[in-house]
Amino acid sequence: MDEGKKIRVLVAKPGLDGHDRGAKVVARALRDAGMEVIYTGLRQTPEQIVAAAIQEDVDVVAMSILSGAHNYLFPRVMQLLHERGVDDVLVVGGGIIPDEDIPGLKECGIAEVFTPGASTADTVKFIRENIKR
Amino acid sequence: MNQGDLKGEHGRWRSGPYAKVCARFPERKERFEGSSGIEVKPLYTPLDVEHIDYLNDLGFPGEYPYTRGVQPTMYRGRFWTMRQYAGFATAEESNRRYKYLLEQGQTGLSVAFDLPTQIGYDSDHELSAGEVGKVGVAIDSLADMETLFDGIPLDKVSTSMTINAPASMLLAMYIAVAEKQGVSADKLNGTIQNDILKEYAARGTYIFPPKPSMRLITNIFEYCSTAVPRWNTISISGYHIREAGATAVQEVAFTLADGIAYVKAAVDAGLDVDDFAPRLSFFFNAHNDLLEEVAKFRAARRLWARIMRDRFGARDPKSMQLRFHTQTAGCTLTAQQPDNNIVRVTLQALAAVLGGTQSLHTNSRDEALALPSQDSVRIALRTQQIIAYESGVADGVDPLAGSYYIEALTDQIERAAADYIRRIDEIGGAPAAIERGFIQAEIEESAYRYQMEIESGDRTIVGLNDFQIEEARPSGLLKVDPAVGDLQCRKLAELRAERDNAAVEASLAALGRAAEGSDNLMPYILDAVRAYATLGEMCGVLRGVFGEYKPTVAY
Repeated sequence: MDEGKKIRVLVAKPGLDGHDRGAKVVARALRDAGMEVIYTGLRQTPEQIVAAAIQEDVDVVAMSILSGAHNYLFPRVMQLLHERGVDDVLVVGGGIIPDEDIPGLKECGIAEVFTPGASTADTVKFIRENIKR
Repeated sequence: MNQGDLKGEHGRWRSGPYAKVCARFPERKERFEGSSGIEVKPLYTPLDVEHIDYLNDLGFPGEYPYTRGVQPTMYRGRFWTMRQYAGFATAEESNRRYKYLLEQGQTGLSVAFDLPTQIGYDSDHELSAGEVGKVGVAIDSLADMETLFDGIPLDKVSTSMTINAPASMLLAMYIAVAEKQGVSADKLNGTIQNDILKEYAARGTYIFPPKPSMRLITNIFEYCSTAVPRWNTISISGYHIREAGATAVQEVAFTLADGIAYVKAAVDAGLDVDDFAPRLSFFFNAHNDLLEEVAKFRAARRLWARIMRDRFGARDPKSMQLRFHTQTAGCTLTAQQPDNNIVRVTLQALAAVLGGTQSLHTNSRDEALALPSQDSVRIALRTQQIIAYESGVADGVDPLAGSYYIEALTDQIERAAADYIRRIDEIGGAPAAIERGFIQAEIEESAYRYQMEIESGDRTIVGLNDFQIEEARPSGLLKVDPAVGDLQCRKLAELRAERDNAAVEASLAALGRAAEGSDNLMPYILDAVRAYATLGEMCGVLRGVFGEYKPTVAY
């Protein structure tokens, strides 16, 4: 990516889940690390998330789900991104996500899944090292 | 010895023996403090409690200001209600879990609903996709509710339902199931959460804007005061505020500020405070700091009693009694070495009991990983039973009272929470403070500070940032079958084909007209429920009249 250009991140809450302590803490940590962060707020459909990612021209989409709906909603976002021809955006996820679900999520294009106990420093590092543009 | 001598002696000890040891062996930290930033001193003495007047500030159990508990005998008469929050997948599966818990000695039910139910969407709504039966049981209509309580006599159990925006519909379904069992509504015991303000501030399952939401709540207060007199019409909740990151002081302050807003709304609607206030109940979190938590519960009781008597002129002692449910803090559970969570939960549950809770949910060890398995839920329930039957802490009332430390801390927490409430009053009360984002911003700040303390190592979480081991991820986690969504959709299609759709339409139209006017909506909702209108249909009608809440995002 261009030197000096700030990494732009969309922090998104897909589905009906209202737990956004983690999403907000991550949003603030990314901002403190020098990134530009847009937080969608609660109850976003996959369509809304993909539209926001395109409109805001973000480099990263970071999604958080604690309700157990990740196996449906994360792949749906990836499918819509693909359909819209967006393939240079790094997509990461977090939440209460059982280990056994992670390989399937990575297969559909989620680059990394952060589970309880992950540090925001690790998330910042991962984004910096894996950004696609 | 008089206080003057004590002051002198305390000064001598502080600058003498204490300072000498500190100079040779520095303490672990320069400053010790609780979650709310209140400094913990090395030693508490009578000097720290000399301003406390026993009769005015502590009193006796069951008497104003209720610092020592809301009943004279507390757990010497009867233990707290052991009430495990449960619900997942279909009504059939949840019904089986309830019967299991009752067989294991649980004394009350607590229903967890899935997110579509909590937000008033039927299982076949497009926004329900992926969420049906996940964080609780899916309830679309009275038919599901009949299955959920099949074989459970509603005049014998008390049932708590974590339902907020559509609380009136789920309460109406419960009343209708009881009718079918031959149990009249005046025999029903239980609680609906029905606390919309904390949904806007911290939990997220709102539907309607604040004004019609407050109307629904006061409608319930009014309806239940005569028709369901033993029902707790609201559970004013600090639990989720704390889970979202608040400190102990913020938890007390924001919860009681919400309570003030509900009382004010009902009084403004023309209700007499003593007609509804005895049925208000509260719900708090039990976090890790054992002594701070005990002091928090005692401070909340005293502060609420004073608010109800002095601000609202309540005369009925029951209006002044802060009765509360407690749940141990989900946010403290670690995915690492999850068996350690049993110990955390034990300490937290102990705080709730020493703090005088009326009912308790203990979290299961595996909840940072998934919904709890049956084995984990049993251990969590056994934890309560061991505290009750083996530890001895339930045998005396408010046993920590009189500890210089506990009394000083109780006082400090009460004062700090009262200061916050004054700031919220200046903004115009809790609804205005939420609308402006004040409460959310305060919570977020605390959440971020807590996380940074963990990441910097200032705060040690055993197994997470210290004392780690290599471990295999645990097996045997509960998994909700994704087919639950399809099954619920099929049940809905059958219901819509079999019921008297003309009666459904008529009851929904009547509900819509009533919503446009000013009638109490409870009787209309009961009619629609009895006709097997679905939750999504009823909420759809009210969405049409009231509109939907759109949060102002602070980012």
